[in-house]
Amino acid sequence: MAKKTIREAINDALRQEMERDERVVVMGEDVAGGAGLDGEEDAFGGVMGVTKGLYGQFSAARVIDTPISETAIMGMAAGSAATGLRPVAELMFCDFMGVCFDQILNQAAKFRYMFGGKATTPMVVRTTYGGGLGAAAQHSQCLYGMFTAVPGIKVVVPSNAYDAKGLLIQAIRDDDPVIFFEHKTMYDLADEVPDEAYTIPFGEANILREGSDVTIVALGKMVLEAREAADKLAEDGIEAQVIDLRTTSPLDEETILESVEETGRLVVVDEANPRCSIAADVAGLVAGGAFEMLKAPVKQVTAPHAPVPFAPELENLYLPNADKIVAAAKEIAA
Amino acid sequence: MSDEIRKLTMPKWGLQMQEGTVVEWLAPEGSDIAQGEEIVEVETEKVNNAYEAPFPGRLRRHVAAVGQTVPVGGLIAVVAPESVSDAQIDAFVAGFDADFVPEADEGETATPQTVTIDGRDINYLDIGTGDGAPLVLVHGLCADLNGWMFNHPVLAAGRRVVALDLPGHGASSKDVGDGDVAFFADTLANFLAELDIGRAHLVGHSMGGAISIAFALDNRDRVRSLSLIAPAGLAGDINGGFLAEMIGAEKRRGARLALSQLVDDADLVSRDMIEQFLRYKRTDGVPEALAVIAAANFDGDTQKTVLADRLGAIDIPVMCIWGDKDQVIPPAHSDKLPAGATVHRFENVGHLPQMEKAAQVNALLAEFANESE
Amino acid sequence: MQLSRDDLLSAYGTMVTIREFEERVAAEFETGDMPGFVHLYAGEEAIAVGACLDLEDKDVIASTHRGHGHCIAKGCDVEGMMLELFGRKDGLCGGKGGSMHIADLDRGMLGANGIVGAGGPLIVGAGLTAKTLKTGGVAIGFVGDGATNQGAVFEAMNLAVVLDLPVVFVFENNYIGEGTGVEYSVGSGDIAGRAAAFGMPVEKVDGRDFFAVHEAMRACIARARNGEGPSGIEALSPRYYGHFEGDPQAYRGDGEVEKYRDKDDCLKIFRQKVLEAGLLEEGDLDQLRDKARKEVDDAVKAARAAPAPGKADLMTDIYVSY
Repeated sequence: MAKKTIREAINDALRQEMERDERVVVMGEDVAGGAGLDGEEDAFGGVMGVTKGLYGQFSAARVIDTPISETAIMGMAAGSAATGLRPVAELMFCDFMGVCFDQILNQAAKFRYMFGGKATTPMVVRTTYGGGLGAAAQHSQCLYGMFTAVPGIKVVVPSNAYDAKGLLIQAIRDDDPVIFFEHKTMYDLADEVPDEAYTIPFGEANILREGSDVTIVALGKMVLEAREAADKLAEDGIEAQVIDLRTTSPLDEETILESVEETGRLVVVDEANPRCSIAADVAGLVAGGAFEMLKAPVKQVTAPHAPVPFAPELENLYLPNADKIVAAAKEIAA
Repeated sequence: MSDEIRKLTMPKWGLQMQEGTVVEWLAPEGSDIAQGEEIVEVETEKVNNAYEAPFPGRLRRHVAAVGQTVPVGGLIAVVAPESVSDAQIDAFVAGFDADFVPEADEGETATPQTVTIDGRDINYLDIGTGDGAPLVLVHGLCADLNGWMFNHPVLAAGRRVVALDLPGHGASSKDVGDGDVAFFADTLANFLAELDIGRAHLVGHSMGGAISIAFALDNRDRVRSLSLIAPAGLAGDINGGFLAEMIGAEKRRGARLALSQLVDDADLVSRDMIEQFLRYKRTDGVPEALAVIAAANFDGDTQKTVLADRLGAIDIPVMCIWGDKDQVIPPAHSDKLPAGATVHRFENVGHLPQMEKAAQVNALLAEFANESE
Repeated sequence: MQLSRDDLLSAYGTMVTIREFEERVAAEFETGDMPGFVHLYAGEEAIAVGACLDLEDKDVIASTHRGHGHCIAKGCDVEGMMLELFGRKDGLCGGKGGSMHIADLDRGMLGANGIVGAGGPLIVGAGLTAKTLKTGGVAIGFVGDGATNQGAVFEAMNLAVVLDLPVVFVFENNYIGEGTGVEYSVGSGDIAGRAAAFGMPVEKVDGRDFFAVHEAMRACIARARNGEGPSGIEALSPRYYGHFEGDPQAYRGDGEVEKYRDKDDCLKIFRQKVLEAGLLEEGDLDQLRDKARKEVDDAVKAARAAPAPGKADLMTDIYVSY
């Protein structure tokens, strides 16, 4: 089976779904690039190169370059989804939700409920998140928690290429609004990815490693750090069970609770800020659902309550990593 | 004497296996082991399984400790008579370690290939060479060629072995036409013709057994022998509830429940086995294919295609292997085979003898093929 | 262009239904039996009806917080609407939306909207659907004068022009955004001119005159249906009620609303025009008014008698699947 990067896996998913269903359209800033200029067509293929090549196959009618107008992009996605398309809109950086949140928070997320179940809004917002590129405070945040807090939308945070393809196809076929988070430093990570289309259901966390001493719950890029941490812990005789949430809404509560019932110890790893976060959410879930099984306090390994800094030295201090996870796990499992 | 010292090495189960971890020693140091006895439990990325002793002797030394990960071909234990001293064993181990170079990944050279049969892509693995007719492995419902991972490399030691993914399965096209036994038998016939395999030793498991029988009935001259493992197609009854669970399973929990009914020891069902099964189930076209196959072949607890009474009319050597704890197809169905058929019944084995008792099944298959050449 | 007798009857019937509906809602709201808050459309009926008279179910409108008139003009069920305003289980939105979020996608009504200006981007989406799937439909976005100061609407207008979509913006200028005058809040003072600057034709019309609105909209809709891109109208007409019911309207001049009702009323203007031209009889119009009054009265009776949603309804309709 061919190895594909996360970038290629996402491109695969978009291409196959566009081939399968004429209602699927891609829209966003520079999803092709070059419109109105004398240079190449499809000059960008998305600022991360993810949508490259789709323009050539599906033309401007379905690969829609937009002005830098995030509110209009999100609103066009919501309005077209409610009237019969299945748009995949790109929000270049999730930080830009600051200029367009209304169309997601008050429009797309609410249609179905406000309209008494008569509306379906099958839109996907693909967006990037995360630190590690020195992009600083306005281009590095992990804002999936804010979306997760909103009923009516679903939130996907894949950790590898196989999952990225299956979860994106699921997202496109899903009849609810889905926000799909891609870590901007992970696009080149490769994995075995089938050529065929396939889906991964939402709300099923993946157990990546079995272990009976401590549960490490992580999502997105932190899954990589959690796996590295688990390998290091194993050298010291601590066997960690690593759980990849895959989706934060819906959340696979059952798998988390079952694992903690088995291990009695929990480390939650989240690249986001700690307040009102996925980490806090999972910790609260376990406090409420498996308290009597806990042998030690729940540990949260997250970024601090501070904006993402610019200087590499500061950013390194800021981001959670395998060593921080190992230290937290040893505090409760050594 | 060093020629009395024999090594036990990490087995290679499946093309992708590069290393294994010792989970538990089932045979203690100093015990006498019999050929085929389960001596150590090994965990790999793909499966957990017991390693069966390839030869008898006294197990003198556990070289690999519990929890230790050893590359394929690496030394895990030493078998030697009491006359050999501990010092000699120490020297043997040291010598082995000094010379041992882990094998390069064979997966690079033996990768599956694809041919187009009746407009469908058929994925297959073709390894091994030998003078005899090829062994052709035909898997069952919801399985694929990787289901033969314990058998394929071993059988290929002396013979060409071909395993295919049936339509609707593995990496083959997901369109299954009518989806009945006759459809699959036709595909098999055209597949073997495409590969220029004139006569083959057919090995069919479960639904693959029924397909192999159907192929043999129509292609007497193209079959040297017929090895049936827990085959469908011999009598009417089948566990329809299990089939519904297996076909209906969408998430990890349901998959584990379904797959654990396939084997007698549920610990055999690894996380990876469940993951591979779910990945298969979630591939576009698979739910539709399985629905077509189920409707074409089963009606509740009844198989629609029963071929046993016609099998007696053709003169082909038939062997049948069955686990006594099979929860899917009753082992008593082997009574329906023609009088000349050889039947092997394994104790405490479920529906997957080729996995649960790999070494013994491999030996039987190789021997039967040799006898029937 | 001469309208048929049926069209004229339909136009007046719809306008007077909106008026009867809104006047009655004002009265019902005052009883305290209607939850939440309502924003009434009375005074602006000619705009909604002039814009929607020629629309079909495949055409989509996006409305505003002042949305009852657009709803009725687009063919939503009056009783279902009244039930919804009372928060009833069998209301148009199951009692989950209320006045500010009333919608009926089967009728091409993409919702009233509690967020000022939010409908702009949404109607661009509806236009994209029509263009991509070649439905032949058009997308009509109602945008209040206050909303024309929202960035969302600017982005929407630009995007509609950039993508050349079958969208018509209907800027409803009732002179007041909440409690602040357009003269103050619209920097240029020229809503139509500002919209036109995005690169589409925009005509300024008397929003009290159904015929003026209808004529201007006919051209816009034809342009959209013919694939000639977006356009718009700015229609001016006062509202008779406050920003919301209960608004003391201290920002109004003395006798302002009475003057509107007396001199500028869209129903009176319509009556006068069709009677003078001999197109309809007085009796036709009175009959339509009485019919509307009864329909609204029946709707209120039904709504007052209808059951509220219960516990079983609280957690439904959040997701299609979860």
